[in-house]
Amino acid sequence: MTAGEKKEYWRWQETCWIDESKNWRDAKIITAGIDVGSVSSQAVICVDGELYGYNSMRTGNNSPDSARNAINGVLEKSGMKLEDITYVIGTGYGRVNVPFAHKAITEIACHARGANYMGGNTVRTILDMGGQDCKAIHCDEKGKVTNFLMNDKCAAGTGRGMEVIADLMQIPIAELGPRSFDVDQEPEAVSSTCVVFAKSEALGLLKAGYSKNKVIAAYCQAMAERVVSLIERIGVENDFFITGGIAKNPGVVKRIEKLLGTKAVETKLDSQIAGALGAALFGYTLMQKQGASAKAA
Amino acid sequence: MIANYGYKDGSGEFYISIDTDKCTSCSAGRACLTACPKGMFEIITDDYDDEVAAVKQAFRRSLAFDCSDCKPAAGYTSLPCSTACTPGAIKHSW
Repeated sequence: MTAGEKKEYWRWQETCWIDESKNWRDAKIITAGIDVGSVSSQAVICVDGELYGYNSMRTGNNSPDSARNAINGVLEKSGMKLEDITYVIGTGYGRVNVPFAHKAITEIACHARGANYMGGNTVRTILDMGGQDCKAIHCDEKGKVTNFLMNDKCAAGTGRGMEVIADLMQIPIAELGPRSFDVDQEPEAVSSTCVVFAKSEALGLLKAGYSKNKVIAAYCQAMAERVVSLIERIGVENDFFITGGIAKNPGVVKRIEKLLGTKAVETKLDSQIAGALGAALFGYTLMQKQGASAKAA
Repeated sequence: MIANYGYKDGSGEFYISIDTDKCTSCSAGRACLTACPKGMFEIITDDYDDEVAAVKQAFRRSLAFDCSDCKPAAGYTSLPCSTACTPGAIKHSW
């Protein structure tokens, strides 16, 4: 890093992946889900209702461009063209600004559907810890939402809050979780109702002689307490699944599990793609229904 | 589906819960639309293609203030929205 260059500690890793074992050219129905969130955008492509590939990247200042960039990443990697995709569904904050989408569905329904695919049909409670909001969702065995609650009034308990702390501590965001366990004693949580207050408290703790790791632990605990109070309003029914970027932060996840007294279902897939994956699966179901009605007619 | 609209902040939890299963065959003639003095409710088509009541987006982050005129402190003994919704779909958390 040269002098004067500012390191962006909050910057998380963007990923693009395709399943090389599948040949999309053999597929009957190709669907895509585009989740344009407040902080990140994802594009997921499903072939015949199975995950084929995805791209997860930072949302820019223009929703249509974010949607195009997200899908272009997967298209380029797979050799597919946009015209090859049968149906596209937009979701997330920018769902109505996806220029090539045929339909928009809320991220609440899409996250439930995505979690049902990623965590299995025994998942009943979903916690989506997004960039600028947090959602607690109950669903049935088909991934249909039965109860939901969201908090998007402030950044407390969201990914953006974690990014603020990463920058404040000057520690890469991916290291925050593991470092939060490297403390001799678990500290009291900082303010859980406001990121600005939490940041002020964190600064105060640093000045009082707390180590960076201890301050991070205090913030992870605050975030966990914040979302647990949200999820307890609708109740926890096993299996429990966490989606969104914060699901990758063990410092928050382990503390949530401890407070709730239950373990979250683990997945090998990227927790950030749940919304886009759910959207792509909705598209597949819709296409199947249309095919069935066309045959019946 | 139970849809909870609202928020939690430093002053408390403010949620309006709507049991949308009771909305699909509303026997109150969508009375919530006119019962709320501020017109906070609307009928939307949800993600499962059902026509259900919802709190308008513009009010979801200010319920504590917007609903205060209908609370006991303002002289009401019951909430106009909950009373008008005879199927019992609408509930306030505070």
